[in-house]
Amino acid sequence: MTLTKLTLSEARAGLLSRQFSVRELVQAYLDSIKSLNPTLNAYITLCPPENILRTADIADTRYKSKENGLLEGLPIGIKDIFCTRGIRSTAASRMLSDFIPSYESTVTERLLKEGALFLGKTNMDEFAMGSSTTHSYFEPTINPWQSKDDLDKKFVAGGSSGGSAVAVSAELAIAAIGSDTGGSIRQPASYCGIVGLKPTYGRCSRFGMIAYASSLDQAGPMTRSVADAALMLEIMAGEDPRDSTCSTRSVPRFSNSYEKSVKGLRVGIPREYRNEGISSEVNALWNKGIEWLKDEGCEIVDISLPHTRYGLPCYYIIAPAEASSNLARYDGIRFGFRQDAPILDELYEKTRAEGFGAEVRRRILIGTYVLSAGYYDAYYLKAQKVRTLIRQDFEDAFKNVDVILTPTAPTAAFELGSHNDDPIQMYLNDIFTVPASLAGVPALSVPAGLDQSGLPLGMQIIGRHFDEETVLSVGSVLEKAASFPYCPPPLCTMYRRVST
Amino acid sequence: MTYIIEGKTGSWEIVVGLEVHAQVISDSKLFSGSPTTFGAEPNTQVSLIDAAFPGMLPVLNRACVAQAIRTGLGLNAQINLQSRFDRKNYFYADLPQGYQISQFEHPIVGKGCITIELADGQTREIGITRLHLEQDAGKLLHDQDPSLSFVDLNRAGIALMEIVSEPDIRSPEEAGAYLRKLRQILRYLGTCDGNMEEGSLRADVNVSVRKAGEAFRTRCEIKNVNSIRFVMQAIEAEALRQVDVWENGQTVEQETRLFDPSRGETRAMRSKEDAHDYRYFPDPDLLPLVLEREWVDALKATLPELPDAKRSRFQAEYGITSYDAGVLVAEQAVADYYETVARERDGKLATAWVTGDLFAALNKTGSTIEDSPVKAEMLGRMLDLITDGTINGKIAKEVFEVMFETGDSPDTIIEHKGLRQVTDTGVIETAITTVLEKHADKVEEYRNGKEKLFGFFVGQVMKETQGKANPALVNDALKARLNNS
Repeated sequence: MTLTKLTLSEARAGLLSRQFSVRELVQAYLDSIKSLNPTLNAYITLCPPENILRTADIADTRYKSKENGLLEGLPIGIKDIFCTRGIRSTAASRMLSDFIPSYESTVTERLLKEGALFLGKTNMDEFAMGSSTTHSYFEPTINPWQSKDDLDKKFVAGGSSGGSAVAVSAELAIAAIGSDTGGSIRQPASYCGIVGLKPTYGRCSRFGMIAYASSLDQAGPMTRSVADAALMLEIMAGEDPRDSTCSTRSVPRFSNSYEKSVKGLRVGIPREYRNEGISSEVNALWNKGIEWLKDEGCEIVDISLPHTRYGLPCYYIIAPAEASSNLARYDGIRFGFRQDAPILDELYEKTRAEGFGAEVRRRILIGTYVLSAGYYDAYYLKAQKVRTLIRQDFEDAFKNVDVILTPTAPTAAFELGSHNDDPIQMYLNDIFTVPASLAGVPALSVPAGLDQSGLPLGMQIIGRHFDEETVLSVGSVLEKAASFPYCPPPLCTMYRRVST
Repeated sequence: MTYIIEGKTGSWEIVVGLEVHAQVISDSKLFSGSPTTFGAEPNTQVSLIDAAFPGMLPVLNRACVAQAIRTGLGLNAQINLQSRFDRKNYFYADLPQGYQISQFEHPIVGKGCITIELADGQTREIGITRLHLEQDAGKLLHDQDPSLSFVDLNRAGIALMEIVSEPDIRSPEEAGAYLRKLRQILRYLGTCDGNMEEGSLRADVNVSVRKAGEAFRTRCEIKNVNSIRFVMQAIEAEALRQVDVWENGQTVEQETRLFDPSRGETRAMRSKEDAHDYRYFPDPDLLPLVLEREWVDALKATLPELPDAKRSRFQAEYGITSYDAGVLVAEQAVADYYETVARERDGKLATAWVTGDLFAALNKTGSTIEDSPVKAEMLGRMLDLITDGTINGKIAKEVFEVMFETGDSPDTIIEHKGLRQVTDTGVIETAITTVLEKHADKVEEYRNGKEKLFGFFVGQVMKETQGKANPALVNDALKARLNNS
C-alpha cells in the first residue's frame, strides 16, 4: 500500500484500525516532499521534520488511548495566506517574507483542535492575486500533470491556491486548505485534478486569513475526494465572534450528508456559459457531466444567468478596490518588509514599490483608481450594482433549479509563461468561477476527465446559499461517474528525473 | 446682539460651523477589546487589531454604539436605525490600517439641535447636521529622539463621535456657548468626559464671512483647536483675515488652517489642491449597523434629565430665577448637590447658600463640589436649623465656616460652641433693658422721630446676646418697648 495515495478518509480509517501508524503515514509524506517539492515548489515553508515526527508520535498515542481528534495526525498543507502561530506566514510576498504571526487563524485553529498535522505553508499568487501561482515572491509552483505530447512542457498549477492544489495532487499532503476570492480554490483544483470547494461566503471565518478582497474571500478545502472535502469543511466552518461577516448558522454534519440522493434534483445549465472562450473538450466533458447526472435521475434545465458577461469586469473592479485598501497596512511601519528612507512618504513609496510584486501593484493601482473621486460612481458604484444583479441572477435561477453545473475553467492548465505579458488573458481563466464568488454562493470543482493531452479538467457545481450539502452530493455523483485518478500518472519525466 | 466686523467696504457677518470630535466613554475601543485608559505607557493598550496585523478584523463594540445613540437622543436628534461603516483611506504613521473606519454616507445619528444661551439672556437654536462614530488615530512622538519619530498606538481605535453643526453660528460668543452647551450635555449623558486638555474633546472650526443677505462665501477649516477660548480667538482672527483678503480684492481659498494661540493668528496647513482623496467606500469587514427600535427606546428611557429640562424644573419646583437655575445646572454634580439641599426645603434659601457661601468657599480652597467638606446633607440640615429657629442667619455663616473647615455636622458645632439661638423672651427683654439704659440719649432721639436708629438698637441687642437672639423676636420686643412709654 502506498500510503501517500490514500484519501484523507481512507487514511483516517487506516489509522483508526491501526493498519499503519501516524509516524509511517507522515514519514511517507516527508519523503515525498523531500523528493518532489524542490521541483514542484508547492511549499514556501516546510515545518521542521523533527517537529512533525514528534507531533506524529503524540498523535499515535492519542489513537492508542482513543483520544484522537477527527484529523488526528493527518498531514495537511496550509495555504500561506493563513496566519499560523510560530510558522512564517508570507502570503507569498516579499512584504511578509519574514513575518511570523503570534496568532492562529480561526480555520487553522479548528483543524489543529481536531489533531491535524501541518506539513507546511503552500505557495500561492502573492496576496492571492492571480490564477497561476506564478506571481509568487518564492518562485512559481509547477503542475505535476504533464502533456503526454510534450513531456518537457511545464504547466501552471492554477491559482491562487496552486501550492495547495499541487501538494494534494502530487502526494505532498493528504489534503490542503486554500482560499477562494474569484476562483482561487476551484480553478487550481481543476488544473491539478483534485476536489476544491469554495463554501458560501460567511461559512468559514476570515479571522487570521490575510485579506485580499474582504467581501469575496472565503477559505475552503482542497482534497482528493468529495468525502474529504465534506469532512474538512465540517471542521473548518462555523460561527466566529472575531469575524462579523461570519455566519452564525449551525454547520451540518457534511461528512454524513455529502451522499444524499440526487434523484429528482433539478440541475441548471446556464446558456450564457456556452460562450466562445470554452474549448471543445471542455464542452464535451460538460455534456458528459450532464449525462451522468441524468443517469442518476436528475432533471436537466436550461437556465439563464443574463449578467454573466459582466462578472469578470465587475470582479476586477470590486476585488482590486478592496485590495487597495486592505493592503494599505503593509507600510513598513509596524511589521514586515521596510525599505528605510529619511522621509515618511519616501519610506512608504520605497517599501511598497519593493515589497509588492508587479501584479499586486497593478491591482492596488486599479483599485485606487476605481475608488477615486470622479471615478467612484462610474466604476466602483456601478460594479456594486452589477454585483447585485449577478446575485439576483442566481437567486432567480435557484427558484427553478437546485444546483447549476458548469465547467470550472474554460481550458485545462496553460503552459508556464504563456500569459505573462497579458493580464487580461490571465483574468479570463476566472470567467466561470467569478460569478459564484460575486453572488457568495457555494461552488465545488470536481475532477471529471482529461483533455487530449492528458491534463485534468474539472466540473463546477454551484448551489444555493449555505446549501453545500446538495453541492457535495452532486459532486459525489460526478466523482463516482468520472472515477478520476486523483494523482497524476507517475510516468512524468519530471518525476523520473527527481526520483532517480 | 449681532456680531459684525466693520470693514473698509462695509459690514461683514461671520458664518461658523463646528465639527467636534468627542471621545466616547467606554471600557474598550470601537472595534477591539483593548482598554482605553488615558495616560498609560505608550503601546500598552494595543491589540493586534489596533495595530492592523495581517488577517485581523474589526468587531463593533456594542457599548460604543449605545453611547452614540444616547448622545443622539440627548441632542434631540434623529437616530438612524440603519447606518454603515466606511473606510476613509490615507497613509500616515499613526494610522495602522491605512484607513480610518468612519461613517461617511450613512451616519448613526441625523439632524438634531442644541439651544444656546448668550450673555444677554437671549437663546438661539444651533442645528446639528449629524453625529457619526469613527476610530481615533494613534499619536506620533517627535520629542523622544533627535532624528527618529516614535508611534504610540494607545489611542488608535478608540471610539470618537464626530458631531457636526450646521453653519448656524454667527459670533465667537455663540461658538463658545455652543461648545459649552455641547460639553455639558455630553457630561450629563456620561458619553464623553469633555476634557479638552486631554484631547477627549477637539474642535475643527469652519469659518467664512459675508455681507448681509449674501450666500455663503468660501470657508476655511481650522483644525484641532483644543480649548473653548482658542476656538473663540481663532474664529475672530480668521474672520478678520478673511475680511482683509476680500477687501484687498483677493479671494479666500478653501484650505485647512491651524490656529497659533501664541500669535493669535491662523496659518495655512494645506490647500484644496493638496487635499486627500479619501476614497471612501463601505467597509466590507463590517455588516451594516441595524438598530432595533426597542433598544433605542430602552436607551431613551434611561437617559438622565438633561440641563435644559432640569433648569426649567428647578425654576418651577424651587421657585428660583432662570439665572440661578442656569448656574446650578451647569454641572451635574452641582445640580445633584443642590437638589439634595433644596428638596423639601426653601429653594431660594438653598440657592443662596449653594451659589453664595459654598461656591465662595470652594473657590477659595480650589476644590470641586465632589470633594467639598460640607456634604449636601449637612448643608440641608443647617438650613433646617435656620428654618426651625435653632440658629439665625448670621450664626449660620459662622456654623458654615466651621463645617467647611472641620467637616463636622452643624448640630455638633452649635452644641459645642453654644450657638443655639436665644428665643427666651425674658433674656431678650433683659438685653433690651440693658441696651436702652446704656443708650438713653439715642432712645430720646428715636422718640423724637429719628426712626432709622431702630437698626442700631437691634444691632446692640444682638451684640448683647452674642448674636444668638432670634432677630424677629428682638424686633417685636424692641418695637414694643420703644413705642410704649
